[in-house]
Amino acid sequence: MAQKAIREYDAKSILAKHWDKYFPRFTYAYETVLVKNGLELREVAIDHLWLSTKTLVAKPDMLFGKRGKNGLVLFKDKAPGDVTLVKAANWIDSKTKEKQEVYFSFEGDTPSGNPSVDYLTHFIVEPFAPHDQAEEYYISATCVGDEDVLYMSAEGGMEVEEGWDEKVVEVAFPITATEAEIEEKIKANIPVDVAQKDKTAFAQFAIGFFKAYRELNFAYLEINPFVMQGRKIELLDMVAKLDDTAGFMMVEEWGSVEYPTAFGMEEKSPEVLAIEDADAKTGASLKLTLLKPDARIWTMVAGGGASVVYADTIADLAGIEDLANYGEYSGGPTTGETKFYAETILDLMTRKKDLEGRDKILIIGGAIANFTDVAATFTGIILAFEEYADKMKEIGMKIYVRRGGPNYEKGLRDIKAAADRLGLWIDVYGPETHVTDIVRMAVEA
Amino acid sequence: MAQLFTRDTQAIFWNNNTTAIQRMLDYDYTIKRDKPSVAAIVAPTSSGKFEKFFYGPDEIMIPTFKTTAEAKVAQPQADVLLNFASFRTAYDVTMEALEIGGFGTIMITAEGIPERLARKMNATARANGVVVIGPATVGGIAPGAFKIANVGGTISNIVNSKLHRAGSCGLVTRSGGLFNELSNIISINADGIAEGVAIGGDRFVGSVFIDNLLRMESNPQVKYMLLLGEVGGIEEYKVIDAIKEGKITKPVIAWCIGTIAKYYDSGVQFGHAGASANTQGETAEAKNRAMAEVGIYVPQSFNDLPNKIKEVYESLHLAPIQEAEMNVVPTVRRSKQFICTISDDRGDEATYAGFPISSVALPSTGKGIGDVISLLWFKKQYPKWATDFIETVLKTVADHGPAVSGAHNAKVTARAGKSVVESLVTGLLTIGPRFGGAIDGAAQYFKYADDNGLSPKEFLGYMKNEGIPIPGIGHRIKSLKNPDLRVKGLMEYAAEYFPSTPLLDYARTVEALTTSKKENLILNVDGTIGILMVDMWRALGYAEEEIDEFISSGTLNAFFIVGRSIGFIGHILDEKRLEMPMYRHPMDDILYDVQMAQEI
Repeated sequence: MAQKAIREYDAKSILAKHWDKYFPRFTYAYETVLVKNGLELREVAIDHLWLSTKTLVAKPDMLFGKRGKNGLVLFKDKAPGDVTLVKAANWIDSKTKEKQEVYFSFEGDTPSGNPSVDYLTHFIVEPFAPHDQAEEYYISATCVGDEDVLYMSAEGGMEVEEGWDEKVVEVAFPITATEAEIEEKIKANIPVDVAQKDKTAFAQFAIGFFKAYRELNFAYLEINPFVMQGRKIELLDMVAKLDDTAGFMMVEEWGSVEYPTAFGMEEKSPEVLAIEDADAKTGASLKLTLLKPDARIWTMVAGGGASVVYADTIADLAGIEDLANYGEYSGGPTTGETKFYAETILDLMTRKKDLEGRDKILIIGGAIANFTDVAATFTGIILAFEEYADKMKEIGMKIYVRRGGPNYEKGLRDIKAAADRLGLWIDVYGPETHVTDIVRMAVEA
Repeated sequence: MAQLFTRDTQAIFWNNNTTAIQRMLDYDYTIKRDKPSVAAIVAPTSSGKFEKFFYGPDEIMIPTFKTTAEAKVAQPQADVLLNFASFRTAYDVTMEALEIGGFGTIMITAEGIPERLARKMNATARANGVVVIGPATVGGIAPGAFKIANVGGTISNIVNSKLHRAGSCGLVTRSGGLFNELSNIISINADGIAEGVAIGGDRFVGSVFIDNLLRMESNPQVKYMLLLGEVGGIEEYKVIDAIKEGKITKPVIAWCIGTIAKYYDSGVQFGHAGASANTQGETAEAKNRAMAEVGIYVPQSFNDLPNKIKEVYESLHLAPIQEAEMNVVPTVRRSKQFICTISDDRGDEATYAGFPISSVALPSTGKGIGDVISLLWFKKQYPKWATDFIETVLKTVADHGPAVSGAHNAKVTARAGKSVVESLVTGLLTIGPRFGGAIDGAAQYFKYADDNGLSPKEFLGYMKNEGIPIPGIGHRIKSLKNPDLRVKGLMEYAAEYFPSTPLLDYARTVEALTTSKKENLILNVDGTIGILMVDMWRALGYAEEEIDEFISSGTLNAFFIVGRSIGFIGHILDEKRLEMPMYRHPMDDILYDVQMAQEI
């Protein structure tokens, strides 16, 4: 996936790094730290004096919003703006002790839907910034269709979504818009509710914000709210996504940025991480997502499109409860890469028997390849079979193969011979069989 | 443009992806195209001038260039760019091609080009009326006309899937693998495809479904269309609108894959980077439903798609496709070790650059050795003034007496009892920078001075800095007052028969300066020959770079070698006739100054 969410802390760090370029008329103190627990907060306070001298705000920094409504923003002990370092550290420790419930959607102040439950592991801590409500603004930018859209509002804060149409000005720009066009259009569209005396400054900030969004390859950038007090800017809350395909051009600009797993999402398993790592090192494509590791049907499918078709068909014919994983390999992986991919899947698949005692089903599917050498990739799968044959037989497994493309006759012949030699149950089909028909056969069997 | 590609379409292939190019040429041979579909290869790091490929059982050479600009100048008719650069450089390659212009279609294969760059590239191409296929695609095909790179896979699959001749379906997909699969399904359940494009899997691609379907709507070969969409994005709705507005009237079959995505939150990325539903309308279900509502033929599932294709195809009652004749690509081919572009001995009579030997050899043809040289050395028929000049040069340099080092060596060797060929090569091996090399040097340096607009004074200064005497200037005894008649003759010939002599004119101004310093610093015969050769080639229309290449490859020296061989052989035969004994140099002609070697 090209667009990846980053922590609020990283978003602020990136903006701070380029602050003078985009916001030369404004100042931003960049007083912010990211910690995992109270102890770490006390430790970083040695280098960040403001942590001890100022009152603080602390909140989780884990890619979810509505932290205020979830009661997860610490800004007061007895009165707003009286949180000390010790209080903040204690509060963080109290929140990390056990799993927390977080609601992602609210109706008014009432949570709706089921909460996600997970440990809080990352907190962002900043100085408490006293200000008037009137000094809060909203700004964000993202890509809609083929255009970049800048959203601006004179009202910041959590309520902005409730009244979007009245309060938010949208300005769209084609990708080819020049800097002059951008500046002119933004200046002409400053929200009417921005005080007359602040309009020029707001426009300057918005222009810098939009340029930063464009030039730093953000896919999404939101500050809600930011506080403008003359030349001084406070970034109270930020949300950002990066276009990670631009990473090779942005090594300097982004610095060390992390793409965390969202709160409540299962941490990626070591197997999935290993596949991601292998994927990053090859020109081919290797993808794996675990859906229900205890389920009966596993897929090892070649091709981004074909893998989806197989998943669709399994969901249609067997139901999603039976689908253990989603993934694909494509772009001509080497025999070694395919072997590693196949071993990973076989390893996961052979850890437990089916709960109802049925045979597990392995779908080795794929469309007719354009250039991937079928025999070479199947050689990798065969090597993995040899490694896992005993375990495969132990849990009981039926293998259905369908594939076409360069050298497919040899590939199919080889995999059939290997399975027969190893005593594995296998059915092998070529391009004369409809691509997803093996799913029907497997489910009906 | 109703058709994306024709049988005459040619491409410039960016990156020397030999497997993909060979697949294109195998396809060309199979469908009996007149010209190969790849006209040039851009390979920035390659040093060669061409790459060899099989064309059926034979081999052909495809020129390679370091830049797209050079390739386009050499092959201006090639209006398709197949951009196989990596995700790091694909953007730059595309933008440069748009700048150069003259491309109607640009196909980009790289996956994961930064989104902002992809959007800019696509928008710029669109503004220039250029069709972009991709990024992140395997390409497209107009069966029986033109195939991009790896589309369709191997030749056997292409023929099985009837991609070697046009059928009647227009096919548009996102996925490249499923494109191939659908070609096969369509060949089984209908009569094959007329044109097909895989638009690419990245979130931002150039031409989208609607662009391709509108073109197919106006392509009379296309009778119905098949669209394979994906969860995510709103491109399918543009097709729905076009049908509502009556812009698309041909039957459309469509299916969006990714119906499974509804069961999972956005954390699971199914398929391509572009495949992620941000709103309810972007789900596969919603799109399939909306498409069915406007009369698009939507199957129950992907598994049901073949039946739907069969149903629509049969309802159209189309005339059967005339199966085209094809060539069969041989399964075993051997790459040739040598290449010959000047003569051919495979026919009835051997030829020199296409001319049977008898047609240039016999006196009745009126052709001379100059004509033979122009054919075998330059693969051109030079006009008479030029071949006469070449012959004049050969005659002029044939001999210069027994004392010059080459002739002396040949004579010494002959006297040692060696054969004609052994004696001759001894003489020839003497030819180099100091003996006969002035022809090369004069051409090189005078041309350099003239090309760079150096005044005679500046030229002399330049040569002084280089620390070498000016090649082609100076004679042992001849001077302006006592001119070399060979030089005089060559100059008079050139004045009468050459269309113009710009380099000689320049050299004369240099000579005027050098002779003003010293009487015998005249333009000598070597210098005159080298300079007039350059003038000859200029008058014959060669580009300056080609002439520079003649000079650097030693072509000028070759004239001296051929001419002087005549003289050397004369001296050798002379020695044989005279039965001269072994030569030993007189000792009193040698200064002996031998010191005891010191120990170190």
